[in-house]
Amino acid sequence: MTAVVSRPGGVGAASPVGRGPARRRRHRLADRPWSLWLALSYVAVLAVAALAPGFLAPSSPTAVDYAAALLPPSLEHPFGTDESGRDLYTRIVHGAADSLSIGLGAAALAIVCAIALGALAALGPRPIAALVDRVIEVLFAFPTLLLALLLIAITGPSATTQIIAVGLGSAPGYARMVRGQIRQAAGSGYVEAAVALGHGRARILRRHVLPNALRPLVAVAALAVGQSIVWASSLSFLGLGVAPPSPEWGALLDAGRPYVIQAGWLIVIPGLVIVALALAATSIGRHLQHRLESGARA
Amino acid sequence: MTRSSWARPAVRIVGNAVGVLVGAATAAFLAQTALPGDRATAILNIRAGQAELRTPEELAPITAEFGLDRPLWQQYADYLLGLVRGDLGTSYLQFRPVGAIIGEQLGATVVLAITAIAIAWMLMVVWIVATGGRGPRLTALGSLVDVTTAALPAYWLGIILLLVFALGLGWFPVLGDGTPLSLVLPALTLAIPLAGFLAQATRTEFERALEQPFALSARMRGQSDLGVRLGHVLRHASLPAISLSGWALGATLSGAVVVESIFSRPGIGQVLVSAVSSQDLPVVVGVVVLTAAFYVAANLLVDLASALVDPRQRAA
Repeated sequence: MTAVVSRPGGVGAASPVGRGPARRRRHRLADRPWSLWLALSYVAVLAVAALAPGFLAPSSPTAVDYAAALLPPSLEHPFGTDESGRDLYTRIVHGAADSLSIGLGAAALAIVCAIALGALAALGPRPIAALVDRVIEVLFAFPTLLLALLLIAITGPSATTQIIAVGLGSAPGYARMVRGQIRQAAGSGYVEAAVALGHGRARILRRHVLPNALRPLVAVAALAVGQSIVWASSLSFLGLGVAPPSPEWGALLDAGRPYVIQAGWLIVIPGLVIVALALAATSIGRHLQHRLESGARA
Repeated sequence: MTRSSWARPAVRIVGNAVGVLVGAATAAFLAQTALPGDRATAILNIRAGQAELRTPEELAPITAEFGLDRPLWQQYADYLLGLVRGDLGTSYLQFRPVGAIIGEQLGATVVLAITAIAIAWMLMVVWIVATGGRGPRLTALGSLVDVTTAALPAYWLGIILLLVFALGLGWFPVLGDGTPLSLVLPALTLAIPLAGFLAQATRTEFERALEQPFALSARMRGQSDLGVRLGHVLRHASLPAISLSGWALGATLSGAVVVESIFSRPGIGQVLVSAVSSQDLPVVVGVVVLTAAFYVAANLLVDLASALVDPRQRAA
């Protein structure tokens, strides 16, 4: 089995270096099952909120009650109310569908572009590979948020633009990762062995290089969804994404900004929902990554 | 050391950097031509803040001002030559050179970014030296904090710091008033997540270096634990984090966009946000290209320094 010798490299910002015994011995709180269960249950709750918001929050997200404006969190309004007396908990639950679809859409776009660019740079015919290689390096010089802002400046802000901007903005980083994974797989011992056995190029690509190079992307995809939601909400926070009165989480942040002094919960709580999702995505992604790596070693 | 042993990789590194810069400028030029529809009409409508068809008489001065009637390759060549001379183009809305608009605000952002990176390194070093390789419990706590802080978005962390330390405790001013004290919270907002990222990059290497023979021999010479950690292990383990410097500078400059907005600090972030919302493309492109240039320059310095310091990289 080729899997015996394959060791897809680590993904994520932290792990280009440490492999071998030191790495196996590390115990990381963030990777223990309880944190994984916590992360999975949080994602499950958000999925219910996105698919059936009425189940978690029966009242209307747009029900205005000026007598109850800017109330701090209480038993009746667990997350408090906004300037029109709308219940923040209800609004967050009803905003889950928009926020999650923006995150999933942007992450999917980023990963698809990354695979296309990364595969071309690593495996394409020479002149094209060299060109795509340079393009990835050039685009990587633009930080994600700035590349996204550049795209929004060209097209004007909207929900669709936000997905495209975040997706394309974060693609170069993932493309570098894919390119590295493919090159590592292509230069590995098991590919050398397959070449020595006389297997054809297409077969080696299909059977050995691509499966081993792309498997770690499952973990990257989990991380990418969390990151995309953070980037998208940053754009909304700046007033350059989905605009209020939408209950999309970034739009909630933007709407809460004028009241930050008298009603801080309007930003702190939606922000906490997003941060928790980013952490849950990180935890799930790291767990997947460890499982893939230990599976490949076993 | 002979001259050619380091001159060749230096030429290659500088060549790569120039290549990325030219590529970034090309992308910037293409972005400006990518406005949907006729460019002169688009510029006029951006200025007027409305979308309507324009007569040729209205368009003529715009076409002349921005040289839109010339072939694209000529516009491209002019743009590149302009960049070499430090000319970033003219704002659609402010009728001023982009270089001047950015130049007025650049200082504040650079001060913020450099302060943030310095604080991030201090936080990271203290945290890693304190928790690195001290048994499973502290290591687990350490890496949990690394991962958590690295995931904090600037808008959220900034608001929390603002609510707690400026409004709650009153230790710092709420708005950026230009005093050194008003720099603290914005810089911390950028520094805390960056410290988390740097710590993730450093921790593995730090734990490995602690077990290396050089650490053992330093202990045998009678050096204290702290002395070994600071003097030998940290030096060895900081290489991965140093190689992230270019990325860190880019991330800090783009984080500054959000932070300047929260704390109402002047800077290129504020310039960028208002330019994006009014579609003042030359200003947007100017800020983005400048940031890319900072990234390339930082990477260039890191690569050259490590090629000089580390003989293994010279062979490559």
